[in-house]
Amino acid sequence: MAAVMPAPAASRLFLSGNEAVARAVWEAGTRVAAAYPGTPATEMLEVLSTYPDIYAEWSVNEKVSLEVAIGAAYAGSRAFCCMKHVGMNVASDALMTLTLTGVVGGLVIAIADDVGLSSSQNEQDSRFWGRFAHVPVFEPADSQEAYAMTLAAYELSEQFQVPVILRMTTRINHVKGLVVVGERASRAGAGFKKDPARFVMVPGNAGRRIPLMFKRDGELRSAAEQSPLNYIVAGSDRRVGFITSGPAFEHVREAFPEAPVLKLGFSCPLPFDKCRELAALVEQVVVVEEVEPLVETELKARGIAVVGKEILPLQGELSPNVLKPAIARLLGEPVPDIPPAPAKVFPRPPTMCVACPHLGVYYTLSQVRNLNISGDIGCYTLGAGHPWQAMDTCVSMGASMGIALGMDKGRGESDKDKRIVAVIGDSTFLHMGMQGLLDMVYNKANVTVLLLDNRAVGMTGGQDNPGNGRDIYGEDAPRVDFAKLCAALGVKQERIHTVNPYELPVLFKTVRDEVKVPDVSVIITDQPCVLIKDYHKLKPYEVHDDKCTGCGNCLDVGCPAIHVTRRGKQTKASGREVDLAFVRIESSVCTGCGLCLQPCAPDAIQHYVPVSPIKLMTKGGCAV
Amino acid sequence: MSTTSNILVVGIGGQGVMTATEILAEAAIALGHDAKKTEVAGMAQRGGVVSSHLRFGPKVQSPQIAPGEADVLLAFEAAEALRWRHMLRPGAIALANNSRLVPPVVELGLFDYPEDPIAAIRAAGTDVVAFDATSIALELGEIRLGNTVMLGAIADHLPFPADDLLACVLRRFQRKGEKLVELNRRAFEAGRAAVSDAASAA
Repeated sequence: MAAVMPAPAASRLFLSGNEAVARAVWEAGTRVAAAYPGTPATEMLEVLSTYPDIYAEWSVNEKVSLEVAIGAAYAGSRAFCCMKHVGMNVASDALMTLTLTGVVGGLVIAIADDVGLSSSQNEQDSRFWGRFAHVPVFEPADSQEAYAMTLAAYELSEQFQVPVILRMTTRINHVKGLVVVGERASRAGAGFKKDPARFVMVPGNAGRRIPLMFKRDGELRSAAEQSPLNYIVAGSDRRVGFITSGPAFEHVREAFPEAPVLKLGFSCPLPFDKCRELAALVEQVVVVEEVEPLVETELKARGIAVVGKEILPLQGELSPNVLKPAIARLLGEPVPDIPPAPAKVFPRPPTMCVACPHLGVYYTLSQVRNLNISGDIGCYTLGAGHPWQAMDTCVSMGASMGIALGMDKGRGESDKDKRIVAVIGDSTFLHMGMQGLLDMVYNKANVTVLLLDNRAVGMTGGQDNPGNGRDIYGEDAPRVDFAKLCAALGVKQERIHTVNPYELPVLFKTVRDEVKVPDVSVIITDQPCVLIKDYHKLKPYEVHDDKCTGCGNCLDVGCPAIHVTRRGKQTKASGREVDLAFVRIESSVCTGCGLCLQPCAPDAIQHYVPVSPIKLMTKGGCAV
Repeated sequence: MSTTSNILVVGIGGQGVMTATEILAEAAIALGHDAKKTEVAGMAQRGGVVSSHLRFGPKVQSPQIAPGEADVLLAFEAAEALRWRHMLRPGAIALANNSRLVPPVVELGLFDYPEDPIAAIRAAGTDVVAFDATSIALELGEIRLGNTVMLGAIADHLPFPADDLLACVLRRFQRKGEKLVELNRRAFEAGRAAVSDAASAA
């Protein structure tokens, strides 16, 4: 993204949590920021890349992004790194030793938990990392706090030479609220000072750092007890007092405006005395925390009587609607009316885009028999859905490789004739798939890999990556050659094919041939995501109704521009009755990829001829 | 919490639901309100259900509107209006673009599109005004004006004057020239008129 003039200090801006954090990172004088895209964290780095005087990068994965930030912090510069919750699983190897060396320049790690799974493969609670790695955790409750806590986190990070985790959730990252912003404080890097006893974590050195970490735990707990980020909101209704953090605080205040509340902003290490102070004010204490009973368990272990997940859900987002009945039951009061039930309406799952190059891949996979398909994480995970149903597993970034290998080596009798296919996108391959492919080659797997190179991190909004030759600023960058990369990992040259996924017969033949070869094959599809500037629209198509026979073959492609106009039934010569679906193409959104006309037997799909000069929605400027 | 206004805007990814809510928020903030805006959006960029919550007033706590507490529902698609009807408080109104976007799961015959979503909303006891924002936009010569038509549609159902919202809409197009400002002004007024005409006809 191009740099823009940042809003002046004292402006009152309507910012998402992500935008607020980015602003504070910049104001804190941070010099290096790195991330791999991941919902709901992505926008933090996107926005940072628009600020001047800060180096921002898309890293190939979260572990590398954290290591980049660590390097900058060792060099005495303030650094920032952000990721979605599962990203920290990848980065945690670095985190668990970083806690022993500590930092020189302040380091803030923002982790975005997708509570409610709007776009993730699991729901996990990143506050655990604070306990596991012995580092402090801050939890903002809205955009203004996300901004203020980021600035405070840098101060704490440098005071204790420790990285600080900013735990966010979707309901912070993507909620907009008003934020008053300040000035940027420029900071030079202090420079790297060699100190092997601190920075070279061999057993002897690391062993001497561990007691320092435990000592720091105690000091951080004292700091949490004193911190203005942890405060009690007075209340007149003393039947129940709440201990809460993050977005749950807002829900508690909304639902129980008269109740005393301990708001934890600096929630790890947990300030036990502050919790006791709240407990002394009220008849009973309820801990309201999203996902795991972390605060609750620690308080119970300390002998502080609280109620928590006995009455509140372990999964999903909390809201006033969840809290009110739970507390009413606890108090033995009548439970408020259940809100009206939603009408039964068809589901509307996310779809692949009109003309998406993945449509050709999944149409092909759905037509080849006898496959077990190990999938991965990206837009192409939608291939598991209708109409293709051509993905059988999806676990974690890059897992398609190892899981395919394991499915091959661990075949049961029933799948001895099955062909194993792995499907992975370009960015996911570079993130964590390359190592899996190397493992497959090294261990002589019988797997066909489909590497879907659409030159973007599509699912998160088309971010650049080493596969498309552009950096975060849109500037030219060295572009990885996937065919050469696979060859370098040991895939035989004759087993590597680059195919245009819009040419269905070629793709079909290549897949069918390669799955029969008992070796590692890689089929690279090479057409860009339709939402990035590399994509060029072509003349749209339309269906000639008089020619359409209602066979419905085009619907199997799965393009959302194809609509059924009427249905019917036909009795075949064999006596078998088949369903017919006559179709039309929404020509105003069709970009002329030509996939649907390939399975169309009667040539009913032809170029669109406009009858009136309606201006079509075009971005790429196609001639119609 | 009667001092907090709850506006629910719903539709499908790619329709401009979030932008419309953003402009509504700008208008509320310009009038001195505190505001929070939050979305529930599916995982892909396009095609999934999107609901955008806007709450404003002297001080907003939770960003989410609870079921049964929305003061007005602005729906960019007919079936989506039906899907979210239950979010309205009793007596509140739904404003719905009655053009239909049929998803692939319906085209494949796996699910049925409701025969008449607007009638179903009425049958459930909710006051609904339906209009064809898509056709209005196309008549003005540009389907992208649909967003402004939708904002015009809600303009007389807000706790502040329609002109305050119009000013926010037009400010967005100021740098793009007088012609586009004028087109959007017409789209806004067409949306307003469509709702008042449909309401008086009903």
